[in-house]
Amino acid sequence: MSLIVRRIGPACTIQDQGREGYLDQGLSRSGAADLRALYEGAALLRRKPDLAALEMAGMGGEFEALSPVRIALTGAPMQASIDGSPVAWNASHALAKGQRLSIGAVLRGGYGYLHLGGGIATEPFLGSRSAHLAARVGRAVAAGDTLVPGPDKGEAGMKIAAEDRFGGGTLRVVASFQTALFDAETLARFEATEFRRGPRANRMGMQLDSDGPGFSAKGQLNILSEVISPGDIQMTGTGNPFILLPECQTTGGYPRIATVLPCDLPRAAQTPPGGAVRFQFVSLDEAVSLHAAWLKDLARLSSRVEPLVRDPHDIPDLLSYQLISGVVSATD
Amino acid sequence: MTRFDPFPLIRSVGLDGMLVTFADTMTEQSNRAALAFRGALHEAGWEGVVESSTSLASAYLRFDPLRLSHAEVQARLAALLAERDWYAAPLPSGRKLWRVPTVYGTDLAPQLEDAAMAAGLDVGEAIRRLGKSRVRVLTIGFAPGQPYLGPLAPEFDIPRLQQLTPMVPEGALVCAIRQLIVFAGPTPTGWRHIGQTAFRCFRPGMEPTFALNPGDEMMFEPIERAELDHIRAHNEDGTGGATVEEIAA
Repeated sequence: MSLIVRRIGPACTIQDQGREGYLDQGLSRSGAADLRALYEGAALLRRKPDLAALEMAGMGGEFEALSPVRIALTGAPMQASIDGSPVAWNASHALAKGQRLSIGAVLRGGYGYLHLGGGIATEPFLGSRSAHLAARVGRAVAAGDTLVPGPDKGEAGMKIAAEDRFGGGTLRVVASFQTALFDAETLARFEATEFRRGPRANRMGMQLDSDGPGFSAKGQLNILSEVISPGDIQMTGTGNPFILLPECQTTGGYPRIATVLPCDLPRAAQTPPGGAVRFQFVSLDEAVSLHAAWLKDLARLSSRVEPLVRDPHDIPDLLSYQLISGVVSATD
Repeated sequence: MTRFDPFPLIRSVGLDGMLVTFADTMTEQSNRAALAFRGALHEAGWEGVVESSTSLASAYLRFDPLRLSHAEVQARLAALLAERDWYAAPLPSGRKLWRVPTVYGTDLAPQLEDAAMAAGLDVGEAIRRLGKSRVRVLTIGFAPGQPYLGPLAPEFDIPRLQQLTPMVPEGALVCAIRQLIVFAGPTPTGWRHIGQTAFRCFRPGMEPTFALNPGDEMMFEPIERAELDHIRAHNEDGTGGATVEEIAA
């Protein structure tokens, strides 16, 4: 049971929910940029959400099944086909031995995910399979690699109603310990400004641009390096915000104006180049309620899964299906 | 007139963190307080706490806000702070002293002369003083396992370089602002490259993965280049010839 990588984009890595507990050693959590996509994949495959998947930044690849395998496709929609026939995104599919899965460029958003039925069973490092390229943990998946799933059985051909989070939008933030370094006028302007995602973005962070003056803190250059949380919005020397993502550093000297809530981090990470983003402050109490609601929603995703009913018009090559026997074998 | 001193200061960090800050500058005392307080947090073992860490002058706590409310964490931190004078608290037990063989200067560490001059010392005296300095792991960060060490004596309060050095190798010993760093991997830096070790701070695939812990102490003892070559040829465990001993509590 495995999938061999024939071609692949330059920024595809194996990701799960990341590794916690190494902040004091300077190692940030890493993990999927869009955590929701991991949960959606798990729901489609009826597996636990702690399995590892292939995270594809911007561009997918071509994969050949060396044996039958279930897959699911979630996150930023990408063009996908099996042996040349387009297949649905936000859905699970069965790949028969020898079939080729092609995943093209992202259509909206930034990060697409390819899940295997048993998860991608690489050797965990410090309790997680997540690559953390900024910390030199793991590496990008390359052509010729084999993705070996863990043990698996179950159905395929399911779809999930995914939340659209691929075009930017409003990100809810809480004040953090350095928010008070910014004066009231700057904070009000920050909340009123529409930002655009800049060209500099990777798993460490995402730059935002805006018209008008930047957003500087008082005494910006004389701040002692302090702890960083993923989701922190850091103001660089030029007053341009960066949203810090799973491979951020663990401490930093640039002041952070606010922190994006975990429930809105998938939307933040999936903002495409040029996409518009606004920030909205919520109280800490409200943030905790939103967080609880988010976790509850993730736990209930399996109720949004339903069979992928095929319209014959959507099947471009009807003759390739064994319509007589009524069975498309997944094993021969 | 006395200035209002807000420290120690408890503040929230994002959705799920609290920070206890002991000063707005790194001093021996504020770092000691942060390490001791974090040690106490660790020992307290509160349910719902996910992890803790220290930065130069703060202790950080991350918790599950659905199991432990912010008000509850704040109250517990305030109570723990009131228990003692953390600026005078002993450092946590279980700390180690590392003695790391180091080549000072030569073409391996070409900015020693420059650093000595900035410190107002001749090269021989700089090596003598650095070689017997015992520094503490103030915090770990920037790269996995990478220690910020100090404080050095006041003469080593030398500024960072304006121009970044494009690349120094793993194990480089660099100096600025009364601190040392042993680099965990090749990196550009504005700190002066004064020594070279074969000490690996981050050892993926080995046990332990991280060589150091905050509060550990280090000495960088001068050796000749030939000795480092010999150490490098037999450095499977990544210790770079360092010896380690427990620091008595």
